[in-house]
Amino acid sequence: MVESPLTRFFVRLGAGVTLFFIYFPLVVIALYAFNEQVTQQWPIQDWSTKWFSVAFHNESVRAALKNSVIAGLVATAVALVLGTLASLAIARYRFFGREAVTFVVILPIALPGIVTGLALQGTIEDVLGPLGVRFGLATIVIGHATFCVVVVYNNVLARLRRTAGNLDEASADLGADSWQTFRYVMFPQMRTALLAGGLLAFALSFDEIIVTIFTAGAIQTLPIWMYATLFRPTELPIVNVVALFMILLSIIPVYFAQKLAGDTGVAGREAERKAGRARR
Amino acid sequence: MTSVAMSEPPPRQGPGRRLSTFLYRHPRVRLWALLAVPALWLGGVYLGSLAYLLLASFWTADPFTAQLVHEFTLDNFRRIIETPVYRDVAWRTVKMAALVTVACAVLAFPLAYYMARIASTRMRNLLVVAVLMPLWGSYLVKAYAWRTILSGEGVINWALGPFGVEFDGYSNTGLWLVFTYLWLPYMVLPVYAGLERIPSSLLEASSDLGGRSIRTFFSVTLPLVFPAVVAGSIFTFSLTLGDYIAPGLISSDQFIGTVIYREYGTALPVAAAYALVPIAIIVAYLLVARRLKAFESL
Amino acid sequence: MRRNRLAVWGAFALLIGALSLVAAGCGGGDDEGSGSASTEIEGLGANLDEIKANAKTEGQVNLVIWPGYAVLTDEFTAATGCKVSTKDGASSDDMISLLQSGAYDGGSFSGNATVRLMANGDVAPIDTEFISNWDDIQEGIKNQDYNSRDGQAYGVPHGRGPNYLMFRTDQVPEGTDSWNVIWDDDQLAKYKGKISIYDDSIFIADAALYLKATQPDLGIDNPYQLTQEQFDAAVELLKKQAPSVGEYWPGDVAKQIQSYTNGDSVVGTTWPYQYVELQKANVPVAIVKPKEGTTGWSDTWMVSSKAEHPNCMYLWMDHMASPEAQAAVAEAFGEAPVNIKACDLTKDKSHCDTYHADDEAWWDDVYYWTTPQADCADDDDSTSCVTQADWQAAWTEIRS
Repeated sequence: MVESPLTRFFVRLGAGVTLFFIYFPLVVIALYAFNEQVTQQWPIQDWSTKWFSVAFHNESVRAALKNSVIAGLVATAVALVLGTLASLAIARYRFFGREAVTFVVILPIALPGIVTGLALQGTIEDVLGPLGVRFGLATIVIGHATFCVVVVYNNVLARLRRTAGNLDEASADLGADSWQTFRYVMFPQMRTALLAGGLLAFALSFDEIIVTIFTAGAIQTLPIWMYATLFRPTELPIVNVVALFMILLSIIPVYFAQKLAGDTGVAGREAERKAGRARR
Repeated sequence: MTSVAMSEPPPRQGPGRRLSTFLYRHPRVRLWALLAVPALWLGGVYLGSLAYLLLASFWTADPFTAQLVHEFTLDNFRRIIETPVYRDVAWRTVKMAALVTVACAVLAFPLAYYMARIASTRMRNLLVVAVLMPLWGSYLVKAYAWRTILSGEGVINWALGPFGVEFDGYSNTGLWLVFTYLWLPYMVLPVYAGLERIPSSLLEASSDLGGRSIRTFFSVTLPLVFPAVVAGSIFTFSLTLGDYIAPGLISSDQFIGTVIYREYGTALPVAAAYALVPIAIIVAYLLVARRLKAFESL
Repeated sequence: MRRNRLAVWGAFALLIGALSLVAAGCGGGDDEGSGSASTEIEGLGANLDEIKANAKTEGQVNLVIWPGYAVLTDEFTAATGCKVSTKDGASSDDMISLLQSGAYDGGSFSGNATVRLMANGDVAPIDTEFISNWDDIQEGIKNQDYNSRDGQAYGVPHGRGPNYLMFRTDQVPEGTDSWNVIWDDDQLAKYKGKISIYDDSIFIADAALYLKATQPDLGIDNPYQLTQEQFDAAVELLKKQAPSVGEYWPGDVAKQIQSYTNGDSVVGTTWPYQYVELQKANVPVAIVKPKEGTTGWSDTWMVSSKAEHPNCMYLWMDHMASPEAQAAVAEAFGEAPVNIKACDLTKDKSHCDTYHADDEAWWDDVYYWTTPQADCADDDDSTSCVTQADWQAAWTEIRS
């Protein structure tokens, strides 16, 4: 370790402060999920678990959850396909306009969501509307898939950059055709990156509200349901319960995504450290 | 060379293989086949929508029915340039985005440094999960939770009460806190990745050459991690620039996002014209970020 | 090398250009308002039995509503087979754009939305034969200029109410009965940062109304149809008020309720709904219709001319006009029902009296929301007024 003990102390302190900052509002949400009252006052006066059963039996919550899951799965699938195709093109080929493609893939996630949402809504309403397209799950998926592509793209591209292209050449030399090469050589290398990218894309789609407000029409995804319910004073506590549920539920996919993508990051550092120690 | 038992099926003949051979021999066609669908989607659907928005900014909306009138006019741009409120709001939003970015960088750095260089492997895995988890916590609920926290009777004033300090949470300061909170994970992760990529050998060499911690930090670590900070800043800056939900919940002031959101329903051309402002800012920011090599750190 | 790059950018530009042409071409069909005044909507049944049968097939109705306006939805679904999905509108402008998106079958609209929707053909006139509760609706509400056109009824009236002045009784004197508490300089200073104002351009009419009482030489008569001079005066008043305003609540009633509960707001304008909710939570507030009069709203359920589920929508409109639904919503929202039979069904038997359902004189100084129009909505061709678009533009400036 290079850092002095003093530096390490301050770093630990700073890290602790930041972690506290990240988590205390979540603790507040968790506490409010047990708040008996409808109005959100502090300190909390009465405690109760009644809102949990209310939330569970609420039909609009279940419908919204179903919509969110379906939209998320479809958008992730589309993003996986598009992201993989695009990253394969960028990683393995040199062509003019290559930089432009990178730029355009990043654009949906770099541009403020309201711009994307506004543009999509205007197009769907005025251009696609007369062609019979209505707002609904399909339009939601269009919006989500567009910026989920970059998440998959980044992950797969990073992986492709780390794996040498000559393995594919070797495979071809051994007599495999393109499909076989893809199936037996490239895909196994990309698998975990795809999974990590897919999990993150799903997370992005599941929580999305800024663009979805513009593309959803009358359909409610879970975030849209939350946004609508935040405005309804009598149903507000249900939102806290749903939020707590979502936070707890998220530990699993996030943990796995990290395990999958971390095979070079963490292991690399460990290996480096061991090698460094061995050299001495 | 001994013969190796083939576990793979023998080469096939047939249309699949013929197509594959054709593709192998014509890399250009392969390239276009790969790019066709993503290009159509991103180029057609996404860029096409943006083009429509650009078009709409040159039209007007009928003052009574709000229907779009397809006549070319520069009135919308004239309005957003000449009316002071649009300039003030844009400037306010950019300032907020910059302040949020700085706050995120300052808060993220110790945590990312700890995760990358000091924590044990198990701790690091745990912390990565810990940082990613709030991303799932629903942006909306976090913003609304802050509403209660910032209230006159909320947690912050309750904690400051004994010191006799009163904090007006429903202000731009409160909003700055909320934005910083919301986008913090987006800064921690790239900075963590960037710090991790710095080989220990460089830092050891610096200390071997006589540099103390501070010197090493400023001369070696910071320049190397800077692209990652810029990468993270793309998110914090862009997300703040266009947000319309959090300002509505916390502050009474208008921001670019809230103005667009208010106007788009019945005055789409003005909203579209104004939307070009954040687009231009972000595109410029991206070009600078690319120059600073931030794209590799995304 | 350069040629290739040019080729790529050229193709790019061509793509954008082609799409723009498509957009321009396709967009052209949209700006024709349907001039026809037919009650026909695609898919609507020809008689009540057909409507009920079609509704069962449709199974769904999507509504744009003011918060709290959809009541007894479970009973409705059980009776008709139509599931109800609602979206709360923040303002009339918001609701217009939601309806125009084509995703909703109809909704409850105030006068400043209905006039535009009717003129533009976004809503269809209704066939009152299909509304069984039509005859029970107060005559004075029917065939008004905000819910009918060329003698045709365009919707089913819902209810009406004023925008009250609401204040916390522990911070503001109990006898307060004038709007000056949010307009006068010394009052603005006293309550700085604790004033709560509705965040929509229609609030300019409230400023105009105050000027009508305090500056009669401006000659303001109808607070929605203003000459440029009157309008500028109102805008100035609002700009003077803006720095003292603590929050602008954009149809987000929960936000205003929370801030009154916590004491972050102590005085401002409100809908009766918030008052009812705050009363339930035992927060010390009072409402009053100030002596200068006030703005208000008379809302109507209307069906979209492009509705995907017109049959369910008709049944819904009839449902909301029924005495049971009228009683439920009038009490929940704190407004006056338009079906007097509801007065017997309210839990609080004096509800209709408290809310002046039958007292027409009380409504004389309540100016229902309506749309500012260039021709001042009168028959005098010489007058010209500030348009809705200008109101909206000014509001953005006022909010700064």
